[in-house]
Amino acid sequence: MSGHPMISAAEMEAISARHPALVKGSNHSRIRTIALVAGLVLYMLYSWWFFAIGGVLGNANWNIAGTYLADWVSYEVRPDVRIAGDGTMQVTYPRFSPLGPNASPDWVRLEKETVTRTVETPAATEQAAPTQKNSSSFSFMAPGAATGGSPQTETAAEPQTRTEEVVTRAEIVFNSSTSITVADRAATATHAGETLQVRLDGPGKVIAEGALPSWATQPYPGEKITLAFGFTGWADIDADKVSIHNRFLGWANFIFDTNSPFFGKSYSEIMSLIFSGERIDPDMSNLALAWDNILYNSEWQHLDVWTKLLQTIVMAFVGTLFATLIAFPLCFLAARNITRNFVLNQATKRLFDFLRSVDMLIWALFFTRAFGPGPLAGISAIFFTDTGTLGKLYSEALENIDDKQREGVKSVGAAPLAVQRFGVLPQVLPVFASQALYFWESNTRSATIIGAVGAGGIGLKLWEAMRTNSDWENVAYMVLLILIVVFIFDGVSNLLRSRLIGKRAH
Amino acid sequence: MSVLSPQLSDSGALVERHWQELSRRRRTYTILGLLALFVALSGSLWFANETNAGKFFDRLPHLFDFVGDLVPRDGMEVVRALFDLPSPYDDGSFKYNYPEGRLYITDTIYIPEYFYKMLETLNIAIFSTIIGMFFGFLLCFFAAKNLMPNFLVRGVVRRFMEILRAFPEVVIAGFFLAILSLGPIPAIIAVSIHTIGALGKLFFEVVENADMKPEEGLRAVGGNWVERVWFGIVPQVLPNFMSYFLLRLEINVRASTIIGAVGGGGIGELLRLSIGQGHEAKTLAIVLLLLATIIAVDQFSAWLRRRLVGDQAFQLAH
Repeated sequence: MSGHPMISAAEMEAISARHPALVKGSNHSRIRTIALVAGLVLYMLYSWWFFAIGGVLGNANWNIAGTYLADWVSYEVRPDVRIAGDGTMQVTYPRFSPLGPNASPDWVRLEKETVTRTVETPAATEQAAPTQKNSSSFSFMAPGAATGGSPQTETAAEPQTRTEEVVTRAEIVFNSSTSITVADRAATATHAGETLQVRLDGPGKVIAEGALPSWATQPYPGEKITLAFGFTGWADIDADKVSIHNRFLGWANFIFDTNSPFFGKSYSEIMSLIFSGERIDPDMSNLALAWDNILYNSEWQHLDVWTKLLQTIVMAFVGTLFATLIAFPLCFLAARNITRNFVLNQATKRLFDFLRSVDMLIWALFFTRAFGPGPLAGISAIFFTDTGTLGKLYSEALENIDDKQREGVKSVGAAPLAVQRFGVLPQVLPVFASQALYFWESNTRSATIIGAVGAGGIGLKLWEAMRTNSDWENVAYMVLLILIVVFIFDGVSNLLRSRLIGKRAH
Repeated sequence: MSVLSPQLSDSGALVERHWQELSRRRRTYTILGLLALFVALSGSLWFANETNAGKFFDRLPHLFDFVGDLVPRDGMEVVRALFDLPSPYDDGSFKYNYPEGRLYITDTIYIPEYFYKMLETLNIAIFSTIIGMFFGFLLCFFAAKNLMPNFLVRGVVRRFMEILRAFPEVVIAGFFLAILSLGPIPAIIAVSIHTIGALGKLFFEVVENADMKPEEGLRAVGGNWVERVWFGIVPQVLPNFMSYFLLRLEINVRASTIIGAVGGGGIGELLRLSIGQGHEAKTLAIVLLLLATIIAVDQFSAWLRRRLVGDQAFQLAH
């Protein structure tokens, strides 16, 4: 390189005059590049129109996206403050609240009073009528509690005197700058230094005092006001009910669900219960009970998730292993330099093509119909597809081997099988094993997706958790497990492959 | 071996003994490894059979039930279903209403429904492969050791691509289905995100294997980072990039079919519906169309790759 003399400008021009193709030849490729880029841009514009991407993205509900994303890593507690006709209140929690039944969190501060009053017990039929709705003070009662059987439906209302504890003032503290206070048929909300006073004078009379701050919206005058506090949560203020949605970071009840006797106890309490406490369930030790409660946690279903994850792992492992075992002998038939029989080569190669082209989806459907939903279908689908793919790769690897080793073994008079064993196998075995490992790892990922069509594994569980749009935290949990498994297998497979065929194992 | 050993010298016998010891140890490891593999395999098979809805040997006679579901009333039904021709069995049900899916371009010329949906699936695959290629291209130079000496940037970009690759496509599709409502766009987003990660990884490995002499030359004449990459590296890696792009396209055609089957539009969705409702002719028509398309795409891509990079195109890649 350094030996070349410098070319002067005049010499350069002389060269370009003699060999115009050398200098101008690149015009052709330049035009081709421009045409390719222009074609790409045109195709992207066409696709934009074909899929109506602008319209779909414009109509998307991005607020929901924020809520769903927040659901991945946080949960809401939703107490309702129900306001009776006389201004007294009750605070209730929904049936599957993360705090469990009989919750009294410290961020809900209540002032209670015991009152004796005469109220009318509404009949079931009357309760539906809108005029009656507000006069009844029993809206906090569970539907089952109010039913008195058929005689009560005949008498429309029956005066009753009861003594009960009611809430006269409820203060819900979201965080240091956000709180809602409900008392005397009025709600006061404070957020970001602004205060909103709302009078609740009966249905259709939800009236805000002063202008609404930016975080409050009231679509129709006199109706419900919605307060949005960002990630902290949100609230609805209606005439007879203030619904609170207080959001907390983390996964609620990840270890014990609300029905467990260990629910709500601190770590040290649980430990002392397990190792030195009285038996909670006479049939089993506290340790066994705790473990059982964790496995069958109704919210997180740990045992089921782990079983399904193991199914996915097993599907990938067994499917790939079988595919390797079947593709290995077949590829010798397909390679034209090993088996010198055109018909046999072609038949095997077309078999590989068929197995590969039918596609994992159709194999998955085929075997789901045959074996019923479950990992057997997934194993078979992966096995069939990858026998085709691995067979094709293996036979190509065989066709590219170095013939000298084979000739050497043959020249010392080895039997045909010994020629393959000592002349061919040492060359291709590391490559074969490396490719099998690669597919093992890659199939761990594809096993997730074919599971969603019923072929077993965690895919279907993921899909079901997503369909309700309310279990995003469970989706996050499963995704996390899948990511961990994929990363571990990726690492193991890379390690084994680099030991098999040296550092550049890709 | 034993025939030769008596004639060995002392040191030769030592070497021989050592060699035999090594090979014995190696054989032990191999047997132990195979044994472990066998145990893992038996355990896995037992577990798979236990947790499956039907047991393997009970269900084996039903192996070809799916094929039985595909047998149409007569052979022509498949052609009619494929080309949206009216069927003589039409009884007003969804089973034989082939002409209803026609997509008219003019008053008389139409695209049959399944061809249109197949085109949609192909478009999902091509569109998302292009998006994946674009971002994978942008990212790969920051992940390559020879171009990005800063290991922090490199590590972040590589981890980012790994997460994109490993994140289950079903979840991305499901999440965007919830926001964007039904249609192909969730599938596009899911496949694109996966493709960015997958192509990015393959691309940076190509870049790391690139010849650094052109880059050195450009550095010597004072080229900045972008110029060095664009004129020194890109021209030599572009054929390989294109080859990987085509390979990914083959994979994405399959992936977008599967995502379609779980709600992402295209032919996959029709296939699932048709199987669910037991429409034999329609299902068979879709299966055949899918098979033909996949073979065509594979052949086209193999031909183009051979032209681009020669036999190198047939090395392992995913």
